[in-house]
Amino acid sequence: MRSLLLVLSAFAVMALGFWAYRENYRTQGELAEVRRLQAEIGEMREALSVLNAEWAYLNRPDRLRELAEINFERLGLLPFEPRQFGSVAAVSYPAIALPPITEPVDTIALNGNAP
Amino acid sequence: MIRTPLRPLARILSARAKGENPDVIERENIRIRHEAMRDSARMRAEGRLLVLGLAFLAGFAAVGFRMGVLASTDPAEPATAATGAAIIAQRADITDRQGRILATNLVTHSLYAQPQQMVDPAGSARKLAQIFPDLDADRLVKDFTGTRKFLWLKKKISPEQMQLVHEIGDPGLLFGPREMRLYPNGAIAAHVLGGASFGREGVSSAEVVGTAGVEKTFDRWLRDPANGGAPLRLSLDLTIQSTVEDVLSGGMKLMNAKGAAALLMDAKSGEIVALASLPDFDPNTRPAPATKGDPSDNPLFNRAVQGVYELGSTFKIFAIGQALDLGLVAPGTMVETKGPMVWGKFRIRDFHNYGPQLSVTDVIVKSSNIGTAHVAQMIGGSRQQDFLGKLGLFDPTPVELVEAPGAKPLKPTKWPEITTLTVSYGHGVAASPLHLAAAYATMVNGGTRVAPTLLMRANAEPGPRVISEATSAIIRDLLRQVVVRGTATFGNVPGYEVGGKTGTADKPKPTGGGYYKDKVVATFAAAFPMSDPKYVLVVSLDEPVETSGTEPRRTAGWTAVPVGAEIIRRAAPLLGLRPVLEPVAEAGVIRVSN
Repeated sequence: MRSLLLVLSAFAVMALGFWAYRENYRTQGELAEVRRLQAEIGEMREALSVLNAEWAYLNRPDRLRELAEINFERLGLLPFEPRQFGSVAAVSYPAIALPPITEPVDTIALNGNAP
Repeated sequence: MIRTPLRPLARILSARAKGENPDVIERENIRIRHEAMRDSARMRAEGRLLVLGLAFLAGFAAVGFRMGVLASTDPAEPATAATGAAIIAQRADITDRQGRILATNLVTHSLYAQPQQMVDPAGSARKLAQIFPDLDADRLVKDFTGTRKFLWLKKKISPEQMQLVHEIGDPGLLFGPREMRLYPNGAIAAHVLGGASFGREGVSSAEVVGTAGVEKTFDRWLRDPANGGAPLRLSLDLTIQSTVEDVLSGGMKLMNAKGAAALLMDAKSGEIVALASLPDFDPNTRPAPATKGDPSDNPLFNRAVQGVYELGSTFKIFAIGQALDLGLVAPGTMVETKGPMVWGKFRIRDFHNYGPQLSVTDVIVKSSNIGTAHVAQMIGGSRQQDFLGKLGLFDPTPVELVEAPGAKPLKPTKWPEITTLTVSYGHGVAASPLHLAAAYATMVNGGTRVAPTLLMRANAEPGPRVISEATSAIIRDLLRQVVVRGTATFGNVPGYEVGGKTGTADKPKPTGGGYYKDKVVATFAAAFPMSDPKYVLVVSLDEPVETSGTEPRRTAGWTAVPVGAEIIRRAAPLLGLRPVLEPVAEAGVIRVSN
């Protein structure tokens, strides 16, 4: 009975040792993966900041203005003007087309009294 | 263990036989036993002490060793912690009010050499001099073959240059990672941003420190890791800033001015939307400050903030505004304008003769020095000083630029009555365009004090009241009249109800003693739309001459005002202000007769 217990506990120790060994290696593998991912994130962040800087550089107002001037024939871009920014209510109705004058009448007004 | 008996029979018996006391033997044995017991106990105690001492020594050694290791190793990020918003740059970005980048960082490399590791010092030196034309080959050969163990070659190199250096293939040429400050928009907003340079430098990294402008003011904040890389959001608007600079530089050339400044400010919150000073510079390659010559001619000089000039007639509205607020005059009150006005040995003149008297409105509209001086006489010196102080015209502006606290307005130390008279039309007190903009904002926004700022404000509390709401409304009307029928008629922009005041001040001679006859600072301070002012604009031209007429014209109405009007025409729609339909003169029936 006692020797059975001893053998069993020896097996248990071996099994636990094996489990701990595997866990240890798995943890180290995960840590290596985390490190790799973090390095990748870092690289991507760096690339993103470079792209942001490049975006800002390519969109700088001086360059856009020059491009608008170079491509004026195709795009016809001009600076934004106040009259392009009115409200619809400010637009007057088109003038009503009057019928042609067929019988002209000569008349003048003097001091509000018709002659 | 064999226990030694205390009374060994053989010795007892022999002692008895000799007639000795056998107890002596027992006592002797007890003593010997006790001594042995004591010795063994001491040995044990000493052994324990030794072990304990060794344990303490090991403990302290472990702690000390660990401390040494921690102190000498490079910092490492915790590998297992979750990454939140990680900081990628040591210095935060600066953006405009819409989040567009004004300053950011770029990863680059520095180049250094360790000559004792070099394979071919002379050949490498020659090739390096080919890649970098500013390096001298002979000097490099001397450095590489001498006793030096380390030298910096370049602080920043481009990836292409790095590749070329790689191709030399010398193991003694090494690269260190660097973060470089980049201003993608070039010279736009250069005076606000300032610039940055390297502080303490090491092989693996270097500090980036601000050298001027907001970069220096917020240096600590920008480098603080606690912000988690959040950008510094300025109140500037990149589009408006670029437009203002564009128009201003065109206007400066057209008016043959040697310098110009423009400033667009929110009339209620004091947020500066655009701040331009010409000539300007590229903050990416910030020039070294000039050591000789007039500092105000240097491109680094921020005319809008540091340029403290007498601003001339733009000051008149302060005297008139105060008199209106005190109830001393009403817009229709007639004021004497018969010239010249004699005060002691001084004579105050007007640009034209405006007849014996003008209404207060016309004093402003026609810009009469004599009329304003008479009004200032009613106010008196102490009240006038108090009022100008409340407008912030005697203290440096609180704007967040390192240059601002140095730009203290010049005011006379004594304030006799003649000073009261001259200051009322802008002579004797010198302030910067920024001071003027803040004071105009205070006058037109309903009368509450405005503190200029470069930071975006979510909601601005109105400042302390300086003049009443009703006075502010009258002032708005006066300033509108100046543009409609006064000295600033070129300033009218259809749809935007521009109001403003011109100011032409003779430049003082730098040697002291008098003013130049043909050098002026022309200023136009405006606000729009006048029914409810949203923005204040100040344009200032340094030594402008308008030469389209028969004789050169230098007054602000001919120089600064057209430039200001063009800025408003271009910038107002971009600011989201819709042009309003101004009532046209009614189409009345006019009687004609032949």
